Amino acid sequence: MFGYTEKMRDIAGRLLKECDVEMVIGFRKGTLPMMNEPCFVTTPEDVQSLIWDSNCGINLANYLTNRKEKIAVFAKGCDSRNIVTHIIENKIKRDQVHIIGVPCTGMIDKRKITGMVAGEIMAVVETETTIKVKTVHSETLLNKTDVLQQNCMLCGHRNPVVHDELVADPVDEQTDVDRYADIRKIETMGSEEKWLFFEDLLSPCIRCYACRNACPLCYCPTCFVDEAKPQWLGKGQDPTDVRTFHFLRAYHCAGRCTDCGACERACPVGINMRLLTRKLEKDCQDQFGWEAGLSPDQRPALDVYKANDPEAFIK
Amino acid sequence: MTLVKIDKKNWAKGLTAAADAYRLFGPVRSKDHHRFNELEKGEMPDLNMVNTRLSPKALLFPQSETMLEYSLDESRDDHHIMKAVPKDDSPRAVIGIRPCDAKSTLLVKLNFDTPDVKDPYWLSAYEATTFIGMACDTPLSTCFCTTAGCGPYHEEGLDMLVMDQDDAYLAKILTEKGKTFADAAGWKATSDDTAAFDAGKTEAEGRIVSAIKTDNLADTDLLELHGAHFWDDVAFACLNCGTCTFSCPTCWCFDIQDEVHGKSGVRQKNWDSCMFPIFTVHTTGHNPRDTKTQRVRQRFMHKLKYFVDKYEAGIMCVGCGRCVRQCPVNIDIRRVCEQMNSFKPADACTAQG
Repeated sequence: MFGYTEKMRDIAGRLLKECDVEMVIGFRKGTLPMMNEPCFVTTPEDVQSLIWDSNCGINLANYLTNRKEKIAVFAKGCDSRNIVTHIIENKIKRDQVHIIGVPCTGMIDKRKITGMVAGEIMAVVETETTIKVKTVHSETLLNKTDVLQQNCMLCGHRNPVVHDELVADPVDEQTDVDRYADIRKIETMGSEEKWLFFEDLLSPCIRCYACRNACPLCYCPTCFVDEAKPQWLGKGQDPTDVRTFHFLRAYHCAGRCTDCGACERACPVGINMRLLTRKLEKDCQDQFGWEAGLSPDQRPALDVYKANDPEAFIK
Repeated sequence: MTLVKIDKKNWAKGLTAAADAYRLFGPVRSKDHHRFNELEKGEMPDLNMVNTRLSPKALLFPQSETMLEYSLDESRDDHHIMKAVPKDDSPRAVIGIRPCDAKSTLLVKLNFDTPDVKDPYWLSAYEATTFIGMACDTPLSTCFCTTAGCGPYHEEGLDMLVMDQDDAYLAKILTEKGKTFADAAGWKATSDDTAAFDAGKTEAEGRIVSAIKTDNLADTDLLELHGAHFWDDVAFACLNCGTCTFSCPTCWCFDIQDEVHGKSGVRQKNWDSCMFPIFTVHTTGHNPRDTKTQRVRQRFMHKLKYFVDKYEAGIMCVGCGRCVRQCPVNIDIRRVCEQMNSFKPADACTAQG
């Protein structure tokens, strides 16, 4: 993945020059270590601003909808699954988007790395397998695999599931990944313990809605939290309202979430709301053998009725 | 202005004594960050922090504040009558606020305390509060206070400014409120070491590595800037979340909501954000700021142009860098300010063809 940038600029330049697309959506270098900014380019001259490294965790599928242009987009495995979901849900037509697949070896976890070193991080330099973190006083060399975002550590689809071309050869998929160890642990908790756990999990929430807004699935013209007639939930900091937002949002993502991790990454206060979406992902897997966004030709589990749908969980 | 020297051994003792007369608030560590909390009896503020994750604006302007309460129970004589809720406006002191955050209080005051309109909730809390600032000797690389009308030893908005001198604190008493607090804490040993303060200031200012330019903002034509070519590019990445506005010490917008549970209700004042699509929705359904670009432009134009023109008090930003560090998609106000400040109206004409 390290070293994709030049190839990406070539591809973007070619697509724009040959007028195959009107815009290319990618990332430009951020102003802080471990941050890049989603951006678009519309001319071959501007492609030099495009870059790729292990800080491209924001899901670019979120930027595709409600546009008129023919768009090319760089898509990691998870992004590509969200594009598939957009296609299934009629948010975008397949022929409006040129998918440049990006085989991905995972994005690094800024919050985790910040917690591993003392002092402000001034620079982060990466190679294919290592991350060198420089502070004013020290330099720390980390293995990239140790500091990946949790969703990337658990990822089973690093290669794009749909693409028009690939930036590089596919990478090896991870095998023997136990995606749900932490979820099973919560499942075994008693009600009171669960209550305390979720209370603690969600208590830092400031209701900025960064999680919702970073999510490609959250595209409702008016979100239920913003509805005024009827007003489904209060707008203050009442913990009941905060929890209602998080639980309902998660349910709206059931059978659709690809665990791209954009929600957790975007959260300014470090809430792992993926625990909620992954529980629903696990249920979809267990009940219906369903994994979201793998094929545009298959209707999602919660979108179809089948005579042999399991019903043992209905009590 | 008086200088007082406080032996570090007397710091906790002084705060404990002051706690008899004040509710104390200060930065405390909570997991991986610092936050301003009311200090419990004997609890000391953690001055070993760079700055808090959220600004201390919530001390005067809580994210959610109940203003009025009422009953809908018609069997009661006072049903449907709005009543003020009791509010604790006893003297309080914020210990360890950074100079940038203290300055921001004065910018927010321009909105909440005008000749015509006064916000009683904010104002009564403000008047009850004494601000004991901690000079900032270890700024972050994202701090640009010195070019945002502020600085690591800036005094505006503070009642007392404290600097760390190894085994002692040197405190500059700036107002009557500051003097009253020093008396309550029993900090009386005066000092004439103004040179130490000046040296600390110069040194700390030298550690600020980030800067913005704002010299052209006032003179640039407002409508030309509004129509500048770069707004779509600036706004593209934006998620329209509330992180920047909620973490900002100078963002003051709020929304008023009634919350009813059964037969009792409250009227609340909640933080609002110009990033949210419903911020400007009219009852007709029309939204004058219906697009992301319009909302992002509003935020930057408000901070760096409308405010500048309206108040002639500089920009509506103190350079604390919270929005820079916390924006999930790295939209950087320093970069946007550079684009706005270097904007030439001719560019707009070209862009508009």
